[in-house]
Amino acid sequence: MQITLKLYAALAPFLPAGAHNNQAEVEVAEGISVAGVLDAFGVPRRMCHLVMHNGFHIPVDKRAERIVQPGDAVAAWPPIAGG
Amino acid sequence: MAWAGKLLRVDLTAGTCKSEPLNMKWAQDYLGQRGLATKYLVEEIDPKVDPLSPKNKLIMATGPLTGTSASTAGRYSVITKGALTGAIACSNSGGFFGNEMKNAGWDMIIFEGKAEKPVYLMLENDDAQLLDASEFWGTSVWDTEEGIKHKHGDPLIRVASIGVSGEKGVKFACVVNDMHRAAGRSGVGTVMGSKNLKAVAIRGTKGVKVKDGKRFMAASTAAKKVLADNPVTGQGLPAMGTQVLMNVINETGALPTRNHRDVQFEGANDIGAEAMQKVRETDGKTNLVTNAACFGCTIACGRISQIDRTHFSVLERPQYHGASGGLEYEAAWALGAATGVNDLEALTFANFVCNEQGIDPITFGATVGAAMELFEDGVITEKQTGMSLKFGDAKALCEMALLTGKGEGFGAEIGLGSKLLTEKYGRPELSMGVKGQEFPAYDGRGIQGIGLGYATSNRGACHLRGYTIASEVFGIPVKTDPLDSDGKPALVKAFQDATAAVDSSGLCVFTTFAWTLEDFAPQIDAACEGEWTAERLLEVGERIWNLERTFNNAAGFTAADDKLPERLLKDAAKTGPAAGKVNELSKMLPEYYQLRGWTSEGVPTNETMSRLGL
Repeated sequence: MQITLKLYAALAPFLPAGAHNNQAEVEVAEGISVAGVLDAFGVPRRMCHLVMHNGFHIPVDKRAERIVQPGDAVAAWPPIAGG
Repeated sequence: MAWAGKLLRVDLTAGTCKSEPLNMKWAQDYLGQRGLATKYLVEEIDPKVDPLSPKNKLIMATGPLTGTSASTAGRYSVITKGALTGAIACSNSGGFFGNEMKNAGWDMIIFEGKAEKPVYLMLENDDAQLLDASEFWGTSVWDTEEGIKHKHGDPLIRVASIGVSGEKGVKFACVVNDMHRAAGRSGVGTVMGSKNLKAVAIRGTKGVKVKDGKRFMAASTAAKKVLADNPVTGQGLPAMGTQVLMNVINETGALPTRNHRDVQFEGANDIGAEAMQKVRETDGKTNLVTNAACFGCTIACGRISQIDRTHFSVLERPQYHGASGGLEYEAAWALGAATGVNDLEALTFANFVCNEQGIDPITFGATVGAAMELFEDGVITEKQTGMSLKFGDAKALCEMALLTGKGEGFGAEIGLGSKLLTEKYGRPELSMGVKGQEFPAYDGRGIQGIGLGYATSNRGACHLRGYTIASEVFGIPVKTDPLDSDGKPALVKAFQDATAAVDSSGLCVFTTFAWTLEDFAPQIDAACEGEWTAERLLEVGERIWNLERTFNNAAGFTAADDKLPERLLKDAAKTGPAAGKVNELSKMLPEYYQLRGWTSEGVPTNETMSRLGL
């Protein structure tokens, strides 16, 4: 199934070739979790400080159980803050 | 002790400068900077005074740790009754000016009255002189700063000044120091201009003493290690700056877009941190040149940028070709998403002009956004504006920055701020702010707590009075759900009180991404007379918050001013995680008053006043 993977800041190099504007349409297995998506693209878990599924924050302990549906968006950032 | 123990009182009407001992009883109750200067202001001015009257006063204040070897110890604040809001104003700035003031031996400078002709204060350690500023009047911040250094033959002089905007009465003029650091919000530069005070120039070589040097060195070194080891302050902020938030907040569905019509901006990725580091096709360079640090800072979140020389904004303006203060998140949002402009170089140019002429990019961008909505609704036309002013028009944005910076043409109307501008044209509901000050870069529909924070902020809409985004979005210190208003009154109060203490210390609020008050307390305790604990700092913060509130109440503000625009309360967010949501202010506000120990009318009870020693 196809989803949108968005990787920002220091995570951008883990996007597949052809990505544009920090995002790419990617093929993933049915029933995959948020953590599974990030693992599939080699994004180190220790670098995933902020992870969102369709814009909703997913804490570390929920990433492996949160299942992704076709057309969803998974976004991740390394440690960041601002103001 | 870390306080210098004296203040300089400058009577601009009489042309005199006198030293006074600092009120050390008040220093124990209000710490310094924001808190202590607010106490002086409250005691010395009528809360109902016209902000632009000579009877208003303007205070530049350092904190006890300003100028010490603690990390981020370069902060100072400008405190006055705000020209934009009519409320208490306290705008905080970094750079190197605060350190210089403290090293000259002064905790604060109180300006009162009004000079007959433009002047600037030249302060070299104990020697204070008011000098003729006629040669600098009518010139920019940049030219004034360079001119003063050249005139006195000392490149190490630090200068805080106003641009032409502050002279012309633009309501949101800043006081800019070190070329591109600003006491930015609420029109503190407008008050300075109303006093015919063009600049304050300082050279200080005295050093700063602390109570227990050995213990202070140990405490500040330990605190620096906390900053270095923390992934946010040690890696995230130096690498990406605050601008990394553009995509985060857009994804969260809380990026106010086109004057808050929308909550997500399709051009967000074009104007954020990633775009600043993207190699341009035109010249092979990036917008971001380097990061930068203020005095003593071990985080270094600042951005230094260079505009593409082939960009329309600078093609015939070589004076903007050099590297200068680049976009921070708030400025990029206001100049970009709020106006629908996704041209990074245009935003950088507008930001340079804001620095050059001393205007607050948040209120400027938000007001241009409101004007664009007026234009698109046909309320104003090219007859008033002199140009097309549709959402997304980068050229119009750049032109408006130039005009507003000099208070000319339609820029003079933008210079009113969105409240007065939209009232003038009969559409006050299009002003997106609280107490006359425009919102910063987070939408209160998608992030509930910050909406309450805006409504209750003592200086008008502001994220820096209580940055609940840390909890609601980043999970610092604990994660809370941005869409849930439950528990937010307590969260807002806790952030507001702690921040008031931090703003009074001389250190930067960005340290709180890694530090708690438990990290501040040992540093303050080692530097300052008295015993300073985290609990005491929180109490000081609460005292400051209530003092500011009582000033505003006496100035004429009521609970009716703790409100949000109808757009945030009735027009649900259209897209993203917050789709269908409005801000639940009416649910949160009564609980907030109760937690504060205020009446249902938003007035601190006698018991609260007594408990805080007010």
